[in-house]
Amino acid sequence: MIGLTHYLVVSAILFTMGVLGIFVNRKNLIVILMAIELILLAVNLNLVAFSAYLQDLVGQVFAMFVLTVAAGEAAIGLAILVIYFRGRGSIAVDDVNRMKG
Amino acid sequence: MIQAIAFYLFAFVVLVSAALTISSRNPVHSVLWLILAFFNAAGLMVLVGAEFIAMLLVIVYVGAVAVLFLFVVMMLDIDFTELRAGFVRYFWIGLALSLALVCEIFIAIGAWSAGGIDFARRAAPIDGAVPNIQAIGELLYSRYLFVFELAGLVLLVAMIGAIVLTFRQRPDSRHQRIRQQVSRRSKDAIRNVNAPVGQGVEL
Repeated sequence: MIGLTHYLVVSAILFTMGVLGIFVNRKNLIVILMAIELILLAVNLNLVAFSAYLQDLVGQVFAMFVLTVAAGEAAIGLAILVIYFRGRGSIAVDDVNRMKG
Repeated sequence: MIQAIAFYLFAFVVLVSAALTISSRNPVHSVLWLILAFFNAAGLMVLVGAEFIAMLLVIVYVGAVAVLFLFVVMMLDIDFTELRAGFVRYFWIGLALSLALVCEIFIAIGAWSAGGIDFARRAAPIDGAVPNIQAIGELLYSRYLFVFELAGLVLLVAMIGAIVLTFRQRPDSRHQRIRQQVSRRSKDAIRNVNAPVGQGVEL
C-alpha cells in the first residue's frame, strides 16, 4: 500500500495550487471559485487518506459533509456572480467594493 | 507494484490538471481541467478503499458543480482577456508565496509523527468484511443522523438562496395570463366587417 506521506504531499501541493490560483487570477471571480474547489478537494483527499490509514470511517463521513458545504458554496457563489454581472456587466473583483451594501 | 503505478499516474494527472485549471486562458478549458482533476482525485480515493466518497466526488462534482460552472461561464458574456491583465505581474509573487506555503506544509509533514494514537479508541473502526458503502450508510444513518440532516438543511438553504438571488420578474416579458384567456368570450373577440371591394379592412 502507498504510504500516508505520499497522499499528504499530493494534497499539500494541490492545496498550494489552489492558493496560487487565487493569487494569479485576482480579477477573475470564476477561476477563484474553481481554485476554492481545488482547495476543498485537497482537504477531502487528506481526510480520506487519514481515514484509510487510521482505519477509521469518520474521516470519510466528514469528507462527505465537506463535499456538501462545497456544493452549496459553489451554488451560492455562482448565484452572487450572476447577479453581480447583471448589475455591472463585469466580474472584476476590484470593483466589488463599489457595491455599497 | 500496480498500486504504485496507479498512484503516481493519478497524482501526476491531478497536479497537472490543477495547474492547468488555474492557468488556462479560457475559463471553459479551466472547467474541463477541473473535471479531469476531480476524476483523478476520485481514482486516488479508490486506491485507499474509499469507494463511496470517490463515487460521490464524480457524481456531485463532475455531474453537478462542474456543469454549473460551465453554465455560468458560457452564460455570461465576459471579456476574459481583460480579466487576465494582472496575471504575469501577480504570478511571481504568488509563486514565491506558494513555494513558502508548500515548504511550510512539507516541514510540518516531516516533523509530524503519529505518536500517541490509541487505536482502541477509534470512533468507527473499519471492518474489512463490510463493504465501504454499507459501513458508511450504517454510520451515517445512526450516529451521524442529525449532522446528516443538517447537511441536507445546508443544501436546502443554498438552493433557496440561489433561487432568491437570481430570480427576477421582468415587467416587459410576455406572460401567459390564464384568467384573461379563460374569461374571453367570442362576442368580444370576433367582429363582422363588411369590407368594400378593393379597399381592405382597417383594424
